[in-house]
Amino acid sequence: MERNQQLRRQLASMRQSLFDQGHLDEQFILLEELQDDANPNFVEEVVTLHYRDSARLITTIERALEKSPLDFNKLDGYMHQFKGSSTSIGAKKVKAESTQFREYCEAGNGEGCLKTFQLLKRDYATLRRKLEAYFQLARQAGPNEIACRPK
Amino acid sequence: MENGFSSPRNDTFNPAGLRVLVVDDDLAWLKILEKMLKKCSYEVIVMIIGKQFSHGSMFASSCSYTKGLLETSKWMHFIACASVFLLYDVVLFLKLKHFALARHVRHLIIFRAWLGLRTRKILNGGLELLNFSKHFASSLTAFVSVNPCNPIKQNQVASEIFELDIMLMNGPLMWYSTILISPRISLVLGGSDIEVTTCGLARDALSLLRERKDGYDIVISDVNMPDMDGFKLLEHVGLEMDLPVIMMSVDGETSRVMKGVQHGACDYLLKPIRMKELRNIWQHVFRKKIHEVRDIENIEGFESIHMTRSGSDQSVDGPLLTGEDLTSVRKRKDAENRHDDRDCGDASSTKKARVVWSIDLHQKFVKAVNQIGFDKVGPKKILDLMNVPWLTRENVASHLQKYRLYLTRLQKDELKTSVGGIKQKDSPSKDSAASFGIQNSITVHHHNDVSNGGYRFSRSNSVVQNVDAKSLEGDVKGIDTIPVTGHKRVLTVDIPNSHKARCSQIGFNGSFVPGHSDVNFTSFDSAIPTQPWSEVSETQFQHEHKPLRLENDFTQLPLPGPRHHIQVDCIQSGPSASSKPSVVDKDNLKPFDCTYKSNYPNAIPIGSAVDTFPVQTTSPIVNHQPFEPIARTTSSMKSQGLNLSCIPDLEAAQRNINWGVGSSLTSLDEDLQLCWLQGDCFAMNLGLQDINFSEYNDPALNSEVPFHLYDTMRFDYEHYYDPTECPIIDQGLFIA
Repeated sequence: MERNQQLRRQLASMRQSLFDQGHLDEQFILLEELQDDANPNFVEEVVTLHYRDSARLITTIERALEKSPLDFNKLDGYMHQFKGSSTSIGAKKVKAESTQFREYCEAGNGEGCLKTFQLLKRDYATLRRKLEAYFQLARQAGPNEIACRPK
Repeated sequence: MENGFSSPRNDTFNPAGLRVLVVDDDLAWLKILEKMLKKCSYEVIVMIIGKQFSHGSMFASSCSYTKGLLETSKWMHFIACASVFLLYDVVLFLKLKHFALARHVRHLIIFRAWLGLRTRKILNGGLELLNFSKHFASSLTAFVSVNPCNPIKQNQVASEIFELDIMLMNGPLMWYSTILISPRISLVLGGSDIEVTTCGLARDALSLLRERKDGYDIVISDVNMPDMDGFKLLEHVGLEMDLPVIMMSVDGETSRVMKGVQHGACDYLLKPIRMKELRNIWQHVFRKKIHEVRDIENIEGFESIHMTRSGSDQSVDGPLLTGEDLTSVRKRKDAENRHDDRDCGDASSTKKARVVWSIDLHQKFVKAVNQIGFDKVGPKKILDLMNVPWLTRENVASHLQKYRLYLTRLQKDELKTSVGGIKQKDSPSKDSAASFGIQNSITVHHHNDVSNGGYRFSRSNSVVQNVDAKSLEGDVKGIDTIPVTGHKRVLTVDIPNSHKARCSQIGFNGSFVPGHSDVNFTSFDSAIPTQPWSEVSETQFQHEHKPLRLENDFTQLPLPGPRHHIQVDCIQSGPSASSKPSVVDKDNLKPFDCTYKSNYPNAIPIGSAVDTFPVQTTSPIVNHQPFEPIARTTSSMKSQGLNLSCIPDLEAAQRNINWGVGSSLTSLDEDLQLCWLQGDCFAMNLGLQDINFSEYNDPALNSEVPFHLYDTMRFDYEHYYDPTECPIIDQGLFIA
């Protein structure tokens, strides 16, 4: 239990840092709420699905950004999709950046788009990494409700 | 929904087993929605759009709890924004006229959460968009603050909108509907699991839907789908199956929302979607059913419902469901029950080809009704007068029903708005309407806090028209019909014809001097003949409205007193009723003078305008086409607001209507009490109302408007311009 408690504490602090750093927002909390006994790994599953989708999109956007001249409409469309996807897990920073990206698209600002996209990719990768670590730890720690009860 | 709404809905009222079809191409969202809906005890059918088959199976396998997980061709649930309702009334305007008309039966168009919209964008948008957004979106945008990507904020806004919607929807009819239904629903539905079916392609979804016409209760679909545009799917579903459809998207752009509404969406949800929103989707279904039923129902029946309603109160628990209603609400579970006698007719009629009540047709209808005289009207007579060969008596009868309900609602709203007495006076052009109104109003009183607030707008519809009588050049053909006959409530804007010209329509033209709360919007209380509104709208405001009318009204109607400062905020939405064409001008928001004036003159051409104002008539019940005229999207909001019409109490009031508009309006001011009572339906107007016109003057205000709308709606029109104050309506449940 000790170890488990430790793990839990670690998990909790990890989770909290994700929020504090602005990576996640309340949508993530909503997902956690949806998780229940019937779906003990609900959040993880959703995140996995999200990453599957979004990884594809990132590649597509990247390819589109290499073209020239930039097709802002298409880019906007992709980013719109991406934004929707990141909203599903509550990826706050990524979402903000995708909005910014779309604004640049609207303004026809290619430079801005590229810059924003770099930021976005970076934050996206960061969040993904952190979430993976988080879920790994969570799996180790086991089901919350049961384990965490301090004796 | 705190305000005025009955206690926020919670799970208890979710009709278990509601079958929801969810459509999206984003697997993550699909999964989330599925889970959320399951939690609501809904039957979820998920449709994945455009995903590979393998994707779908992967998804399917990951959703172990999902029953009936179909292949990728399952549908997703459309989670539309509850605000559609708001939009519904208001939105029906923008170019929606066709849809509004065509779908008046379905009219559960809910739009909401224009989160992330920028006021500027909106302003730059098309006229309709502008109007729309101005009234609706702008405010939301503003509300959302400049941080559209803040989901929390968005949700807040969404909630508010949602709530607002609900409020709006809490019109006499809606209120009852929902209340009535809910208790029943749970009885009827039982506690089945939610079936989640996922569809990967829109076409698969469509075929699924087509296979089992009765297999689904509601459809939720994403806006962006690979193989088919979400809006197209929406259309198909709406036309073929007549199911309420909710749109969802991460993008709350006004244009999209509007588009959704135009295509008949019941609601438009923004992602992230909250549980609450999902829980409430059943309301759409019920509303729809209720409306259908109501069409068939007699007014009496309806009234009785009201009575019951009052009893039930907020806690939806009031199982006031009268027999009739209940039957109508039955979900598909009880096939037999569902379509009880009441429903039967409706159900069967739904199966048949629906008559699309175009504006022209509706105008003819209104004309016929007016000719005959509202109280003596009968389907056969109308049919004969209309002289439309392909129209059947049943069509007319059902349409008449809706129309009556609509008028009734308007009346009720007026009553609610504070002026108790006046309402009665209004003798809406439609006498019958008046009767309804009175009756309804009585019952209605109970309810509404919200409704009152919100509905202020609705009332005005009719009223507004009168105002412009002058301006209405010609358009107002309906004006006669416009209740002006009865109540001249019509926006007192009657102001002597001289003014009229300027004031196109509601005298308020623009002059609504923003901020003049004086405008007695509230005055609609007087029974502003809601009818006129409808009429007006129908006639597209052609009202020429005889200024005289207004005057008459005024005398009759004691102005309720400035209570409602609804101030013309009614945002230019202009004389929603009629011809809002003028309103349509984006600029309408700006100085009201301009807008209104323009509105009216334009408005009258209602034909086009009709679209803009979502017909407030669309008021849930009857999607009266009449509102269509309002269309011009521009003022859709306004139109509703313009219901101001009739602030009959000249004295009272509100004369202050500072409309500032100018001289012409000056006279109107007094008259205009601006009973913004925009037709109840116009919930949207509500928002507008708050928005003091002052706001409107500034396009930027548009954004404000929404808030106000909400605020007012909720709080009885206090202008909360402060968006941040808008409480989050999370619950948004219609029934609150």
